[in-house]
Amino acid sequence: MAEATTAAPAEKAKPARKPVTPWAVVVTIVAWLVPGGGHFLLQRWIRGALLLVSVAVMFVLGILMQGKVYSPNTGDILDMLGFVGDLGAGLFYIVTRMMDWGRGSINLATADYGTKYIVVAGLLNVIAAVDAYHIAIGEKQ
Amino acid sequence: MSLELSHFSAALIFAFFTSIVFGITQRNTPREQVRYGIECFVFFMIGLTIAGWLMWLLRR
Repeated sequence: MAEATTAAPAEKAKPARKPVTPWAVVVTIVAWLVPGGGHFLLQRWIRGALLLVSVAVMFVLGILMQGKVYSPNTGDILDMLGFVGDLGAGLFYIVTRMMDWGRGSINLATADYGTKYIVVAGLLNVIAAVDAYHIAIGEKQ
Repeated sequence: MSLELSHFSAALIFAFFTSIVFGITQRNTPREQVRYGIECFVFFMIGLTIAGWLMWLLRR
């Protein structure tokens, strides 16, 4: 009886990771500081503009809704996570802290929406910065 | 200056802009990006409607 061939399936060749370049690092930092800025550097004008508008509108609406902007803290874990999320908005967060906006309001029912808008704007900007990085190293079109 | 949106309009604006960013960042070609952005928006709205009705039922 013929022996069945039991050769192990050939391992799938993993695509080589693209090397990190100084340009990609610059693009990522700019993308974090200015929403859509990384895409502008990479000449993805429409994507950059849409990202800028989306993050900026959400952040500004959050402030206008009397949302709370978190400061660096070592208190409640949710406060710390809120700070990390807010920080993702880059210059928007820095300017807001400098101007002492975003103190939050317990009088408005929708102030909590504002707080979430601000955090999510920051998190979306982080996603956008990672996207700019992937474009800069050539992993994405 | 203060802005007071209704719960629905706040959720609608949230879904709209979040879908734009998801569409741009999670897909490669412009066509796929538009499609995925619309999908995200539709799912946000479906989830919003279901959550709204669930809360209405819980309140009764």
